Amino acid sequence: MQLLGIYHYWVFAVLLMIGFYAVVAKVNLVKKLIGLSIFQAAVFLLYITMSKVSGGTAPIFSESAAGQLFSNPLPQVLILTAIVVGISTTALGLGIVVRIKERYGTIEEHEIQEIDRR
Amino acid sequence: MTVLFGIFLLTLVVITALGIVHTKNLFVAVMLLGIFSLLIAANFFLLDAADVALTEAAVGAGISTVLFLGALALTSERERAATPHRWLSLAVVVSATLVVLYATFDKPTFGDPNAPVHQHVGPWYLEKTPEYVDIPNVVTAVLGTFRGYDTLGEVFVVFTAGIGVLFLLSGGGPASPTERRARPAESAIGLRDDLIPRVVARLLVPFILLFGLYVQFHGEYGPGGGFQAGALIAAAFILYALVEGEGRTLEALPRKALMALTVAGALLYGGVGLAGIVLGSEFLDYSVLASNPVKGQQIGIILIELGVGMTVTGVLLSIFHAFAAREQT
Amino acid sequence: MGMVQDIVSWILLTGGGFFVLVGGIGVLRMPNLYTRMHAASVTDTLGAVLVLGGIMVQAGLSLAAIKLAAILLFLLITSPTSSYALAHSALLAGIQPDAGRGADPEDHP
Repeated sequence: MQLLGIYHYWVFAVLLMIGFYAVVAKVNLVKKLIGLSIFQAAVFLLYITMSKVSGGTAPIFSESAAGQLFSNPLPQVLILTAIVVGISTTALGLGIVVRIKERYGTIEEHEIQEIDRR
Repeated sequence: MTVLFGIFLLTLVVITALGIVHTKNLFVAVMLLGIFSLLIAANFFLLDAADVALTEAAVGAGISTVLFLGALALTSERERAATPHRWLSLAVVVSATLVVLYATFDKPTFGDPNAPVHQHVGPWYLEKTPEYVDIPNVVTAVLGTFRGYDTLGEVFVVFTAGIGVLFLLSGGGPASPTERRARPAESAIGLRDDLIPRVVARLLVPFILLFGLYVQFHGEYGPGGGFQAGALIAAAFILYALVEGEGRTLEALPRKALMALTVAGALLYGGVGLAGIVLGSEFLDYSVLASNPVKGQQIGIILIELGVGMTVTGVLLSIFHAFAAREQT
Repeated sequence: MGMVQDIVSWILLTGGGFFVLVGGIGVLRMPNLYTRMHAASVTDTLGAVLVLGGIMVQAGLSLAAIKLAAILLFLLITSPTSSYALAHSALLAGIQPDAGRGADPEDHP
């Protein structure tokens, strides 16, 4: 169980930085948004990992689950909200990217900056 | 055995993420993002988060892929330029990774019931839900009642995103209005000549809608609720639009109806909150909605989940139609 | 009854796992898009039927078994349709179904 726990946290760290690399280093705007989605998913993974209790089960009461250990419902509620807010942000970002493409003719960041400089 | 399965799934997730960042073809990146979301959803399920897994699968693997593909159709499909300052970014990212990895050694032990996150508030919710709200799904109880104000804010965020995308994309496109009227309406024919997907999709759409309604109303007894149901119902209409064309989908559910759905959902949620004030208690206090406070809480949760489902459906479908109707340059 | 149930579901699950493995190897080793989809469809149909059948045997006769049967039905309807849609759009995009090295010499003038 210790190995699984450490592995979860390390995968969180690696995914966080993969997403961050895509946002920072890539020049294509859609690629940046995809990297942002990966970044958000890594944060969700961290919270849900922290909510798990060994020997617990999903926090839903039923007759067969009386007197049993439950996993913590609070981080799950937070992440539920976060997922929906994430998709809203992504949709708005994609709308802006489409308008940038129509206005500048390109979605590569350095070309946009070049056009702006002129 | 579960340990092996967990490690396997997490490794697949990392490999998929590396593939997404590496590929130059954006279409491939979006497809891999769908697979990534589905694997993350499976991981959430292994970590006992059933509601979150359902939401991530429906929203991340379903709706998000469609939105990205819609945006890709309007922009280019290939990523052209090489990355400038690649080694500098890589150095910064690797050093940041090492810092975060060093921090993970201080994290609480995985699954420890005495971790700080499991004290105070979490057990209080688990203990008091049968007493105050009496529904089996604790996550819905916390989302609807104990943290209802946050969920109200979330509904308004979704609403604002929908309005924002409509502001950006509903002008119709770079062509001038006279040009657009002269051109015949050949927009978005869909897969009209493809018989098999048409038949199967038309067979499936009622079942998807039925399942969406089931998830909406069973949010209190099992994993489910407004967000997942909204995403599922929107997915049913998007499937119909993909095979039958956007015109016929707009005949089925016109833009005004979508706007009315969105606004009605947000107003319903706010209205239930105000009803609490009108009936003599605080904002978003559902216990005054019926003579028995527990019944009042249950009625309140059903109403607000309905409001959430309506808003999410309306917004996701409006955003899809905004992307699909945009003229391509 | 428990022992027989366990053995039957073990056999079904192992068979399903074997066919999923075969499908995966096929996707990696096949030369062409169409042959790869052919291999992947083994995972969708035979793999899904055996794995879900194994879990249904474990669930016994209960509501969970009916839900699993519904999932199996929808999977069997949608997976071949998406494979067809993929192959059709690949054909429309211009990818020719080339038989590769074992082709009939009379077809290639």
